Amino acid sequence: MRDYQYDHQTVKGFIVSSIFWGVVGIVVGLWISIQLWKPELNIPPFFTYGRLRVVHTNGLAFGLGIGAIFGISYYIMMRLVKRPLLFPKLARFHLYLFNAAIALAALSLFAGMNQSLEYAELEWPLDIGVVILWVIFAINIFGTIIKRKEEQMYISLWYIIATVIAVAVLYIVNNLAVPAGLTKSYSVFAGVNSANVQWWYGHNAVGFVFTTPILAMFYYFLPKSTGLPIYSHRLSIIAFWSLVFAYLWTGAHHLVYTPLPDWIQTLGIVFTLFLIAPSWGSVVNGYYTVGADWNKMQTNYLTKFFIVGITFYGLQTVQGPTQAIRVVSQLIHYTDWVPGHVHMGTMGWVTMTTAASIYYIIPKIYNTDIYSIKVANTHFWLVLIGQLMFSITMWITGIQQGALWKATNADGSLKYTFMEGLAKNYPYWQLRTVAGVIFTVGMLFFIYNIYMTIRKGKALAALRA
Amino acid sequence: MAGELYRKPIMFAVVATVVILIGTIVTMFYPMFTEGMHPKLENLKPYTALQLAGKDIYMREGCNNCHTQTVRPLKTEVMRYGEYSKAGEFAFDRPFLWGSKRTGPDLARIGGKYPDAWHYQHFEYPQAFFAQSNMPKYGWLKDRKLDPADIESHMKVNGFPYTAEDIGALAAKSELDALVAYMQVIGTAVKKSAPPVTAVAPEEKNPLEGDEKAHKRGEEVYKQNCEACHGDDGKGGIGPSLTDASWLNIAGDISDGRIYEIIANGTPSGMPPYANQLDKDKIWSLVSYIRHIQHKDK
Repeated sequence: MRDYQYDHQTVKGFIVSSIFWGVVGIVVGLWISIQLWKPELNIPPFFTYGRLRVVHTNGLAFGLGIGAIFGISYYIMMRLVKRPLLFPKLARFHLYLFNAAIALAALSLFAGMNQSLEYAELEWPLDIGVVILWVIFAINIFGTIIKRKEEQMYISLWYIIATVIAVAVLYIVNNLAVPAGLTKSYSVFAGVNSANVQWWYGHNAVGFVFTTPILAMFYYFLPKSTGLPIYSHRLSIIAFWSLVFAYLWTGAHHLVYTPLPDWIQTLGIVFTLFLIAPSWGSVVNGYYTVGADWNKMQTNYLTKFFIVGITFYGLQTVQGPTQAIRVVSQLIHYTDWVPGHVHMGTMGWVTMTTAASIYYIIPKIYNTDIYSIKVANTHFWLVLIGQLMFSITMWITGIQQGALWKATNADGSLKYTFMEGLAKNYPYWQLRTVAGVIFTVGMLFFIYNIYMTIRKGKALAALRA
Repeated sequence: MAGELYRKPIMFAVVATVVILIGTIVTMFYPMFTEGMHPKLENLKPYTALQLAGKDIYMREGCNNCHTQTVRPLKTEVMRYGEYSKAGEFAFDRPFLWGSKRTGPDLARIGGKYPDAWHYQHFEYPQAFFAQSNMPKYGWLKDRKLDPADIESHMKVNGFPYTAEDIGALAAKSELDALVAYMQVIGTAVKKSAPPVTAVAPEEKNPLEGDEKAHKRGEEVYKQNCEACHGDDGKGGIGPSLTDASWLNIAGDISDGRIYEIIANGTPSGMPPYANQLDKDKIWSLVSYIRHIQHKDK
């Protein structure tokens, strides 16, 4: 009994930490969104766009994303294997080390220690820290699963295992570098080859941080909160294996029309198109699960988070492959369309699903109910509106940018200077900041709700004692 | 039995690893051992100590968050930026710095496009060149000295050749000097594409002559494209004055056609060609504007 309590402390610790880093990441995100239309907000040396953007992406991908994934994966796994963590003290150390690493990561990025690899910016000493964190996670995941009390492994465990393996391979290979002092290193890969390694990593960070662990949450918490079993076990098997197989082939769609050998680009595009199938396997499975009783959308407040979340996952995984096609890529690549795409996935799918999972977990841990369903509904609508507004403005301005870059006069000369194209982004960039503010207010409602639930739970526990 | 797999975590992990590694090996690991992944242009030179210091600053400041360094082989892109990027240009970049977003313009062909003075002034105050630019100011880099010992160790790790004098000379340089030196070497291993053909005869007269509004239109074009270097009303700056006699009478009175050609094709002394950026009407309107300020001056 004591052990179970201990494990919950770690789960809760990860959830609270991830929310904290999420706030940091979102505030920096708002800041850089304003910098784009108000360059006076660049404050050198530590707070220029070039340094802050990586704090934003790392803060949210590693701080909010990975933090929540650690905590929620532990929670899901303990439930599915029907036993506490095998190494609870190691898990507690895992939590402390995680927070120390993220704090140092943020400071080092403000200071400009940057490998210039997207989503792998951290310099080598922190890379070692991340690997240690991951090894600890792997030991507890595999150890606990091997010593499980429930023989059959549920779908969510498959996704967690795949995440542990794939991220380890990706992270270690892409960060291989020769140190030149404590705060600087040079990649072991050069030129075209380094581009290929980086985007094999970069796209699979999306696959194995923003997809597989989030699907693990989806497959666990959707049936839990609705009381409806997953529609098709067979479909989830097919979707799982084809997803983890196909993802690793697709990185080169980030390098369409670059000097990367054409065959790798083409192979990347083909597998990206194929990826629609397994992605939609999970989407369909989710829809049909709730299809058994669509009333759940009204009667259970969490259902809409999961269904809207998986819908954005579905849209994301159709839009992504579309972008990979050469003729589309040449219009929208390098434009603001791409951040519009990314934020539909992160704000629509990842954050929506993660927040709903946390709404489920926190009351369970405190043996109480959520503080306010009304506040949760307000949170839902605000982040939905904020995210849609963000993505749609960026898609419009992205297509406009791409078109202006391509426009020519009757005599074949270019119609617009680069600056004329840039100036046309301003109204959209300003709208995007408004969208970000709406999303942030929504997240504040979420945090308030979680905070009040914890308070309520503690008060109840005190009464019981 | 396939169903057994979901009861055997170790077996499951092994199978998952194999499945994940297949695409990894085919698209990432195998290509590493092919020649196509390690091309190097013959005239590509390793970075000098000053250039490498500049590249390190480019990485530190996260310039690649807003600037790409790869020109795609697309017609309008080559017209805007220059020759499309070749695989063999990046052998000394560890890692590559192609970027993924063009909030600012591509920089793959920035080397040699403008004189040094342009870069210094632009880093100091980008909005003086392009009023609507959202680039942060980087003038503060000129107050920061380079650390020669640090840069020497970076040269060693990269295996780039250097002399003691190269390293010694760094002590007198600022971070901005290094960044400008890096700007000027980017993309220079590939020869500049030939300037576009301009079908204007030197003796041709400005077809807009007599059009009262032409010089007004020209002034707009001038402000956007020329003023940063040639100054208010063509008084000169980084580029020469457009109103003084030494330029207007290089070899007798300069003809309209000759002015058109200079704008279209650029000059070897640092003026970039504009034939791809400006159509005929815009260039002729510039000629009108230059004539206008020239007469205003007298």
